[in-house]
Amino acid sequence: MGSEYAIEAEGLRRVYRTRTGWLRPRREMVEAVRGVDLTVRRGELFGLLGPNGAGKTTTIKMLNTLLIPTSGTARINGFDVVRDTREVRRRIGYVFGGDRGLYDRLSGLDNLRYFAELYGVPARDQKRRIAELLELVGLTGREREPVDGYSRGMRQRLHIARGLLHRPEVLFLDEPSIGVDPVAARELRQTVAGLAASGTTVLLTTHYMAEADELCDRIAVIADGRIQALGTPAELRHRADGRRVVEIEAYGVPDTAVAALRDLPGVRETALEERGALQLLTVQSDAHVDVQGDVLRELAGIRLGRVNSREPTLEDAYVAIVNAS
Amino acid sequence: MLRTLLIGTLLHAKHLSRSPFEIALALVIPLVQATLAVYLFRAGDEPHRLLEAAVGAGLMGIWSSVLTGSGGAIQRQRWHGTLEMIMLAPRHPVLMILPITAASAVTGTYSLLATLLWGRLIYRIPLDFRHPVAFLVAAVVCVVGLSMFGLLMASTFVLLRNANALANPLEYPIWLLSGMLVPIATLPSWTVPIAAVLPTTWGARALREATSGGPVWPSAGVCLAISAACLVLGALFLVSFERRARAAGTLALS
Ligand SMILES: Nc1ncnc2c1ncn2[C@@H]1O[C@H](COP(=O)(O)OP(=O)(O)OP(=O)(O)O)[C@@H](O)[C@H]1O
Ligand SMILES: [Mg+2]
Repeated sequence: MGSEYAIEAEGLRRVYRTRTGWLRPRREMVEAVRGVDLTVRRGELFGLLGPNGAGKTTTIKMLNTLLIPTSGTARINGFDVVRDTREVRRRIGYVFGGDRGLYDRLSGLDNLRYFAELYGVPARDQKRRIAELLELVGLTGREREPVDGYSRGMRQRLHIARGLLHRPEVLFLDEPSIGVDPVAARELRQTVAGLAASGTTVLLTTHYMAEADELCDRIAVIADGRIQALGTPAELRHRADGRRVVEIEAYGVPDTAVAALRDLPGVRETALEERGALQLLTVQSDAHVDVQGDVLRELAGIRLGRVNSREPTLEDAYVAIVNAS
Repeated sequence: MLRTLLIGTLLHAKHLSRSPFEIALALVIPLVQATLAVYLFRAGDEPHRLLEAAVGAGLMGIWSSVLTGSGGAIQRQRWHGTLEMIMLAPRHPVLMILPITAASAVTGTYSLLATLLWGRLIYRIPLDFRHPVAFLVAAVVCVVGLSMFGLLMASTFVLLRNANALANPLEYPIWLLSGMLVPIATLPSWTVPIAAVLPTTWGARALREATSGGPVWPSAGVCLAISAACLVLGALFLVSFERRARAAGTLALS
């Protein structure tokens, strides 16, 4: 087909109208996506990163025809997502993370049979295709058990097999690795990388920076419904060039202390992450300013663990981009 | 296309028949219905009407199953996130929704047979159909009518997130209107036109005629004709409602 791009989006916007309350209905409007422009080349593995509620899922659902954009246009392999819905659906696969989206009381095999039929896999190919995919996702031998009894990781793999049944040219993966153990997550990454290598275009959302860094050719960081930064992982990492990161393990850091750190000369970003009983305090600063001494002085009286100074990672760049938005 | 419908119906029926809730319902309801039929009509001093009453009660079972089937199943699929997945298929939406209502009608047919069986076992209602073959055909016609009418209703469930709150109260009026429980002649006259356009009215009538004598085929024919109209209308509604659901964002739960 004509277009050299697998995904093209121009000025995509989506407003949700919600009504709450029966007796005195209150109408609210949420502008989930506020103008997204995006092009993804064929065979590219494209990452969409952003905090909760940034509009990632909404963007994906507009691209895969589940939602009609409030304004703007999008095309998949040259087909308009609103006008040529069926042509688009023939070419896309959609996989989302979590437990939902499968018939729990049917076996994995029955689930695949049903969707193979529904997604138009020719009858004579179904058996072979299903066996192939069960093998690919490592469910061979378990396919006759009801999905009810599957573990989280098995469900996720079944989901992926289902999404690939009709050999989609463009695959949308919305947080596919959520709740999957590290070993299974690595296998998942290999599967996704393999698909991209064989020419499938993949649009992936994830909250795991390392995953995005390892897999994606390009990444868009989306926050507040707008793309805040777009580039290769290396380009995004450059955004944190000229910076240095101090990581401090601490116990019971008050918000006031974090705010005080932000005002120190040379400090650019601060982030506080809970890790069980422990807190991980990350301070980004200009590389030529040594802030470690000032930071530790500011935290005097707070119980601290390890202190570590390092080069910035993609995650630091991401934090900087999201905080700036 | 037929294959898609058939496989879809089979798998949805399989899915339904594995729910412990549905199984419990399917065991108890026909028994209740047989009992109702017997006592309603014994009190009415019409013992010759027993079999007819049992058939009517069984039909109620199918109807309940289509209502909870077309409404409940679409709602449950929305909950489980499968509604989005089936609507994403590159096919006409009828191919995705009709199997769900058809599966409900098929599992509901079981309820009809079970009602008759309970009636036979416990209350010794003699199963002497006037036209046994016509009865079977009429039963199939009823299943078709119920599936198609279910499709018409299901189209609204696709659009509206809480449509089942609207549909549940429909259960009893339609039983009455279709003459499943009492003869239509005993209902007020304003109900006649409503009853006349429900495929269930004609299906129930065909079943009753096959049970106690009468020209079965005209009623069965009308039932099929109305079913066809339901199919066409349901297909039109589905296409437009599916689009509106995508605009409103109601295919998903949130
Ligand atoms: N059906 C809906 N009705 C109303 N508001 C919605 C609906 N779906 C999403 N929203 C709102 O739109 C915004 C964007 O949501 P979206 O699900 O696209 O975010 P996301 O980036 O996928 O987040 P997450 O990382 O949590 O999955 C949020 O504010 C959310 O509350
Ligand atoms: Mg999301």
